[in-house]
Amino acid sequence: MSLLEIKNLRARVDDREILKGVNLTLNAGEVHSIMGPNGSGKSTLAQVLARRESYEITGGEVLFNGRDLLAMKPEEAACEGLFLAFQYPVEIPGISNAYFLRSALNAIRKYRGLDEMDAMDFLPKLREKLKLLDMDDKLLNRSVNEAFSGGEKKRNEILQMAVLEPKLAILDETDSGLDIDALRIVANGVNAMRSPERAILVVTHYQRLLNYIVPDRVHVLVDGRIVRSGGPELALELENKGYGEMDGAARGASPA
Amino acid sequence: MATATQALQNYEQTFSQFEKSTAGRELAWLQNLRRGGFERFAATGFPTMRDEDWRFTNPNAISQTAFRLVRNGHSLPSRDRLAPFQIEGVSCQLVFVDGRFAPGLSSTEKLARGVSVGNLASEIAKNPGAIEKHLGRYLNLERDAFGALNTAFIEDGGYIHVAKGVIAEEPISLLYVATSQDFPAVSHPRNLVIAEENSQVTVIEDYVSLGGGQALCNTVTELVAGDHSVVSHYMIEREHTKSFNVSTLRIQQGRAADVASHSVLVGGALVRNNVHPVLAGEGGECLINGLFIGNNRQHLDNYMLVEHTSPHCGSRQFYNGILAGHAHGVFHGRIVVHKDAQKTDAKQTNRNLLLSDTAQIDTKPQLEIYADDVKCTHGATIGQIEESALFYLRSRGIDEVSARRLLLVAFASECLDRMKPGPARTHVEKLVQEHALVIASPAGNGDRS
Repeated sequence: MSLLEIKNLRARVDDREILKGVNLTLNAGEVHSIMGPNGSGKSTLAQVLARRESYEITGGEVLFNGRDLLAMKPEEAACEGLFLAFQYPVEIPGISNAYFLRSALNAIRKYRGLDEMDAMDFLPKLREKLKLLDMDDKLLNRSVNEAFSGGEKKRNEILQMAVLEPKLAILDETDSGLDIDALRIVANGVNAMRSPERAILVVTHYQRLLNYIVPDRVHVLVDGRIVRSGGPELALELENKGYGEMDGAARGASPA
Repeated sequence: MATATQALQNYEQTFSQFEKSTAGRELAWLQNLRRGGFERFAATGFPTMRDEDWRFTNPNAISQTAFRLVRNGHSLPSRDRLAPFQIEGVSCQLVFVDGRFAPGLSSTEKLARGVSVGNLASEIAKNPGAIEKHLGRYLNLERDAFGALNTAFIEDGGYIHVAKGVIAEEPISLLYVATSQDFPAVSHPRNLVIAEENSQVTVIEDYVSLGGGQALCNTVTELVAGDHSVVSHYMIEREHTKSFNVSTLRIQQGRAADVASHSVLVGGALVRNNVHPVLAGEGGECLINGLFIGNNRQHLDNYMLVEHTSPHCGSRQFYNGILAGHAHGVFHGRIVVHKDAQKTDAKQTNRNLLLSDTAQIDTKPQLEIYADDVKCTHGATIGQIEESALFYLRSRGIDEVSARRLLLVAFASECLDRMKPGPARTHVEKLVQEHALVIASPAGNGDRS
C-alpha cells in the first residue's frame, strides 16, 4: 500500500479552479519533489493535503495510509502523521515556542494512546533537535515565530518536523528566502529525517534545494496538473530550459 | 421595574432609616460625609445615556430597580461554600457578605508586623481620627452619582494600613460575596487602603456571588500610595451573570510612588469599572492594566480617568477585551495632563478581539493636555482570531477548541505578563484559562441568556 495516493484531485478557491486533476503516488521511504512556476497550484496542493478549509474540493480522492485524507480535519491529518512545513510560517504572539511544540507533540501522543510528555522529559529531546538545526536555545522561550528572521522561521518549521516525526512531511518552498548557509542547515535537518518509514514531498520553485535534498522523483506541476514526471535529472533540465515548454504541453492537454 | 422617581424615593427612605441606625452615627464628620454623599446623589440622580461618561452604557437596569440593603438576620454562608473562592498564597482573606464583614469566615493570622488589616466599621469605632484623615478625601462626588451613593451608605468594607517602610510580602485578599435574596439586594462596600511612605503591598478585591439572585454591588476604594511606595491592586469581577457591579478605584499617588492597577472582568451582567489615579507627586509611575472577557449578553464598561498633576510622571494604560456572543465592551480612556505636569509620559492602548458578529466594542480615547512639554499616545485595535494562526496550530495536531483557547490565552497574556509573578497572578491566570475554554467551546460562544 502506498503512503499517499492522490487521484484526480480538483480544488478551487472562491470561483477559481486551481487544481485540475492531480495524480500522484508516494511510497514510504521516498522523497519526491514538485516543481512548477508561480501560480501553478503547488502551494494549494500542499495546503489542501494539510486540510486547510478555505479550499473547496471539487473532485477526486486522496488516500493517506489507506484512509480518506479529505474527510479529515487538519488536526486529524497531523495526528495521523502528516506534516506541512509552511511557506509562510505564522507568528503567534503570546505562546512560547517550547510550549507550542510540547502541546503539539502531546496532542499527537494522546491521539495515538501514548502518555503525555512533561517538560522535564521533553526539553532534552528538544535541545538535541535544536543542535541539529544550529538553532539558539533562546528561540524556545520566544513567542512562536514572532520577530524571527526569515531563516529562523524556516528552521523552526524543520525543528517542528523533527520533534513531531511525521510519516509524511510536505515542505512548501522551505528554500525560499534562505541564504546558502541556512539552506544547507535546513537540508541537513531534512536529510536526517529520511528513513524507510517516512516519505517527504519537497515543493519548490528552484532546483537548488534539490542539490542538497536529492529526490527519487520529480514532478512538474503546471496550471493545476502534473505535466511531467521523471528522475532528479528532470530538475536540472527545468533549471536550464525554464517552465515555458512545459506550459505549452499543459495547454495542449487541456480540454477545450 | 420602578420609575426613576420611585427609585429615588426608595433610596431616600432607605437612607433616612440607614442614617438613624448605622454605626458611627454619633461622629459628626462621618454623618456629614454620608449626608453630603446623599445630597449629591439626590441632586443628580442616576446617570443616563445622555451623560457623556455613560454614552455607551445604559444604567437603566440599575436605576429602575428597587434595590434594598440586606439588613439584620440573614444567615451567613458556610466556610465550605466559600472554599472555591480561596486564593492560594495570600497572607489573609477578609470576607464581606452582602457588604458586611464576616469575622468568622475571615482569616488574618499570617500578617506581618506593621501591616494592619481589618474592617472599616471596627476601625471607625476604634480609631476614628485616623480614618477621618483619609475617608472621602479623594473621591470626587461631583463626578459620579454611584460614588456619591456609596458615600451616603458608608458603613463597612476593607481597611488596610501598611506602616512606613514595611513590606507586606504576600497579597491581602478582600472577598465580597453577594448571597441570593428574594429581593434585589444592594451593597456599598467602602474600602480604604493606606500604604505609608516607602512601603509595599498587594491588595486583591475579589467579587463573587452565591446563588442566582439579582444584586448590585456598588463599591468604592480609596487607595493612598505614599511617597516611594509600591502598590499593586487587583480588581477581580467574577459574579454571576445577573449581577450588577459598579466599582471606583480612586488612587492618590505621592512622590515617586509606583502603583499598578489590574482589573480582570469575567463575570457580571452589567459592570462599570472606574479607575481614577491622580499622580500628585513628582516622578510617580502608574500602570493601569486590564482584561475583560465577555460572553452572552454581558456588558463590561471600563472607564479610566488618569490625572497628571505633577511633573515627571508616567502612566501606561493597557486594556485588552475579548468579546463573544452578544457581549458589549467599552473602553473609555481619558488622560488629563494639568498645567504643572511637565514631562508627563502617558500612554494608552486598547486591543480587542471580537469573536462573533454580534459582539460589540466601543472604544474612546480622550486627551486633555494643559501642559506644553508632554508625551501622550493612544491607540486602539479591533480584530478577530486569525484563521491562519488557527490553521497553523491545528496543522500541528492541536484540536480546534484547544487551538482557539491557546490563541485567546495568548491574547490575554499581554495583560497577564504585566502582573508580577506571584499568588495574585497565578490566581488570575487560572481564571482566564477557565473562561477562555468556555468561550473557545462551540457551545460557549453563543447566547444562552
